[in-house]
Amino acid sequence: MPSKEEVFEKVRDALVDALGVEDDEVTPEATLVGDLGAESIDFLDIVFRLEKGFDIKIPRGELFPEDILTSTEYVADGKINAEGLEELKKRMPFADLSKFEENPVVQEFATSLTVQDMCNYVESKV
Amino acid sequence: MRWFWIDRFTEMVSGQKATAIKTVSLSEEHLHDHFLGIPTMPNSLILEGMAQTAGMLVSEYNDFRERVILAKVPKLIYHNRAVPGDTLIYRATLEAIEESGARATVTSHVGDCLQAEAEILFAHIDRETAHRPLFRSSDFGDLLRSLQLFNVGQKADGSKLTFPEHIE
Repeated sequence: MPSKEEVFEKVRDALVDALGVEDDEVTPEATLVGDLGAESIDFLDIVFRLEKGFDIKIPRGELFPEDILTSTEYVADGKINAEGLEELKKRMPFADLSKFEENPVVQEFATSLTVQDMCNYVESKV
Repeated sequence: MRWFWIDRFTEMVSGQKATAIKTVSLSEEHLHDHFLGIPTMPNSLILEGMAQTAGMLVSEYNDFRERVILAKVPKLIYHNRAVPGDTLIYRATLEAIEESGARATVTSHVGDCLQAEAEILFAHIDRETAHRPLFRSSDFGDLLRSLQLFNVGQKADGSKLTFPEHIE
């Protein structure tokens, strides 16, 4: 099993290649969208690179649960409701959603995902 | 003008790899507009040819039922110019494919010389939000026939690829 440092290094390499950012920009606290400029298609690129780099399978919606974010059951007026937040926490135990919870606007969700969240996710898979 | 940047397929193994060729001719208009007096195949059109080779490989995987579009080119390196008389050989390898898209690596060679190399990401456009097909079925069928894809196409087990019944 790879160490936390090894996971971080491989995740960083994947993000550098997928997003064209510099090594030192990829810090654990950096947000993928806000700080590193990831766009929606980049997530597919990142998923492919993580799958190859760690020899894992990442099912669609596991790293980025778009089905919850677009569900009428969980979203009203552009915000995730309490049930939706619970579901997100259940599906994404690797992510720190505390900041997002303060103002759970769907559009802000992608901007809250950090490099550390991604490392936590990978650690749960390897 | 037709947006065909490959001439024909010479190999297609379903879900694995495809090879197509593009012969560069001095009579092509666009060669003369790029650098005055130095006829050169524009690199952007070489990328398009590489993407068409890989795109067909991706599209064939799902029997041409998905709407496949070029989404991103994470890596692209040109090593040499392509000039009239060259035959560019585009070799695409399907690295990964899933519900929402695919990733391919592609090289362009002139003879044994590596001319360009790329990584290309394709997206499958969401069927629920898509309101019309990318091509008319008969046009797409003509394209597949023109590219001679089914003359060389094989399934992964080596058996012959057959022309899809749902395409005219």
